This record gives sequence, structure tokens and C-alpha cells, in this order.
Amino acid sequence: MQEMMKKRAKTLLADGTVSRVIGWRRGEFSYDVTPAVFETAEEIDRDFVFDAFCGANVSKYLIRESAKEDGRILAFLKPCDAFSFNQLLAEHRVRRENVYLIGIPCAGKADIDRIKKAGIDGVTGIAEDGEDFVVSTVYGDERVKQADVLAERCLACKSKRHPVYDELLGEEGEDLPDDVRFAGVAKLEAMTAEERFDFWRSELSKCIRCNACRNVCPACTCENCVFDNPASGISQKAAADPFEENMYHIIRAFHVAGRCTDCGECSRVCPEHIPLHLLNRKFIKDIDELYGTYRAGEDDGTKNPLTSYTEGDAEASVVRERGRA
Amino acid sequence: MQVNENETFVPTIVAFCCNWCSYAGADLSGTNRLQYPSNIKIIRVPCSCRVNPMFILRAFQRGADGVILCGCHPGDCHYTTGNYYARRRMTLLFSMLDYLGIERGRTRVEWVSAAEGQKFAETMKSFAAEIAALGPNRRLEDLRCRK
Repeated sequence: MQEMMKKRAKTLLADGTVSRVIGWRRGEFSYDVTPAVFETAEEIDRDFVFDAFCGANVSKYLIRESAKEDGRILAFLKPCDAFSFNQLLAEHRVRRENVYLIGIPCAGKADIDRIKKAGIDGVTGIAEDGEDFVVSTVYGDERVKQADVLAERCLACKSKRHPVYDELLGEEGEDLPDDVRFAGVAKLEAMTAEERFDFWRSELSKCIRCNACRNVCPACTCENCVFDNPASGISQKAAADPFEENMYHIIRAFHVAGRCTDCGECSRVCPEHIPLHLLNRKFIKDIDELYGTYRAGEDDGTKNPLTSYTEGDAEASVVRERGRA
Repeated sequence: MQVNENETFVPTIVAFCCNWCSYAGADLSGTNRLQYPSNIKIIRVPCSCRVNPMFILRAFQRGADGVILCGCHPGDCHYTTGNYYARRRMTLLFSMLDYLGIERGRTRVEWVSAAEGQKFAETMKSFAAEIAALGPNRRLEDLRCRK
């Protein structure tokens, strides 16, 4: 796949279709891959990588990149990135004419923390092999089951389909059932309020307010963020009280409710491993149940459920009537 | 949270009332000399959809034990559709608070028209009683704001 992508990128650069390419570049270690913009074939040959560690969603970078008057940019999008891109398109945040999209298939991305937990250290590379990953390390190759080291978001993948693209490399996939995705939320909903409170207290109290979840989120694209407002009393500082932790995470999740495509970037980047996707998915699940199934990024013309309404919507008291107290 | 002379808990309740219906409803209950608990603090907002989730959280932070949002009946909004949006937002927000383990009785939405002075007083009485039974807000309070 990596060679196919490199070849295609170089061809499109050479024939002038695009002026630059956004992809992934290896960092200090093979697993800290970062999104990067490549401008020449030499750079692509030297630095471009694509493997199971390339989980970063590049859609958000396209807001800035597509605003430049500098020709088109080529982007490789996994299905979840394509949903995010489509949602940005619906919000008029990207300029479609400045982006050339190649959809790439995705069989799930590896989570380096789970690999390390499985006892594999000194990782230098990763390759897919059927149901397994072959992880090369300084001590030799190790073989692990994909299901054991895939990122949580990939185990609960919602779709292998690209809602938007100019061309596809590889085969188009299909939507996957939602019940796996909402299993974590359903489990919490089945707990008592006391248990839920304890669960979230122990998770959210780990928050160091690094703002990584906000910064990486392809739905968080406001130029001026409420959390950067000095008058809010909560900008640029660590949470001083459990209340502030709750508030930050409620508001963050609420601001992307109805626009979150569930790409799982927030959980991926969280240095404290807070399961932030459980907050976003709660909103998605509620919206699905109360206002009809809605997938943000599905197409670029639908109306966000929070900016529309029907006269027969459920009253807020529905919250009291269902689930465990 | 407050405590009266008998050392019993008197909740602090914030009621966001829309200018066109519920605030007028509260006014009517006053001119009709209907009693409702004095620990309800009314905040007048132009429309129920003016209330954003941060308002609700801030109220809890600054010491409210319960927050109620009152607006025009669906279909009667002065701005035609404001309360429909408010309804969706509050439903999702309250569901999220419930998900985080905050007692679900602490938040409520009620539709009170300008002619429903009686309903306003009844609603406030029942809400105040419910919050008094729930006790002080401990799960969504800011310790620095505790008196």
C-alpha cells in the first residue's frame, strides 16, 4: 500500500495535478508518526510512510491547506478521515476545489500502548499479515493478533466506506453495525448513577487540561474557542476543581455533538488515556435514539440535529423516564 | 445551598425564565398573590434558547442545587422556533449530566405560558420539594464557591 501511495503521489505531483501532498512522516520512533506536507518527489521517497501506526486524521489540516492559493493538495483519507472531511465540507470549512482526495482502505490501526502492554518493546516497525500484525523490534520479529493490539476506535469501527473521494486505491468497504460501537456507552448506562459518577470521577480527574483532545478534533474548528476566552476563567490552565474537569469535558463534547464523526482522535491523543470517545458516543447514541439515526459526515447536505427540530420531539423529561437512576 | 434557623437544608434554585411567557407567568403568579418558594432565583432570558449549556453548569458551580428552564409552550415561542432548539439542547445536556452520574432530578425543563401563573407556582413548589429531598448538590459543585 505504501509503495502504491508513493507512486500515485509522485505521478500527481509530476503531472501538476497537485502541488503538494499531505501524508504521514516517521518521527523519532517508528510509532510516533506525524502528519506532514510533502512538496517534492525526493521528500516523498525519503520520509513518506504508511503503516498501521498512521492513525492520525489529516482532515483538520486541510482547512488551512485548502485555504492557500497554492494549487491543489493531495490527501490520503482513511474512511474515518473521509467522514470528518465531509463534515467539514458540510460546514464550509474546507475548499473542495483545492483538495484532491484519494481514499485508502483501512483495516484498523495499531495502538502502541496496547502493543507495549502485550510485552513487546523496542518496536521498529509494523506490517499487516492476515489476521496478525508482524511487529519488528530490536530483539527480532513478534507476531500478535490484530484484535489484541488494535486501537479501541478501530475495534468499534463504524464504516470502511469513503463518503467522499476523487479516486480510490484498493477496494471500497461497507458500513459496519453500530452495536459494537455503542457497547461501551450501553454498559455505562446500565450502571447506577453512583457507579457512573465514580467511573467518570476517576477518569476525568486524570485530565491535565493539555487541550490535545480539542486541538486534534476535526470538528473543533472555531477560530476563537470558548476555552481560550480569558473571561471564561478556564482558559490556559489546569482544572483547579473537579467541577472544572467536568465542565471542560461536558462542554467540549457538547460543542461537537451532532458534528462528531466518531473518528476517535480525542481518545488517541489523550496522554492520560481518558476514554473521551465515550462522551462523544453518548451524544451520538442519544441523537440516534431521540431524533433518528444520524451520521455526521455521511453526506455534505444534511442538517445537524442540533440546528434542526421537529414539533414532536421528545421532552427533556425523557431523560428521567429511561435508564437507571 | 443555604440552611435556615432550624438547621434544615434550604436549596438554592435557579430558574431561567423566558421574557415572553414564563417570566410573565411568574409575574402573574405574583399579582395573583400565589405563593412559591422564596429560594427560587429567577434569571430572565430573552428566549429559552438563549440558555446555553454553560449557563446551566455555571449555575451549579456558583451554588445552585437545582436548575430549571422555563419557556413558552412549543409552538408559542415569541421567536417562532427558539424553544424547539432549546428542547433538543437541554435534552441532550441533561442526558449527558445523567450519564456523568449527576442526579437527574436536579435539572428540569417546563413550559409555562404568560397566562399560567398557577402552573408557575405549582411547578416551582414541586421542583423545590424535589431538590430539598435530593439534598445539596455535591456532584457538580465547585468547592471554591462553597459558602
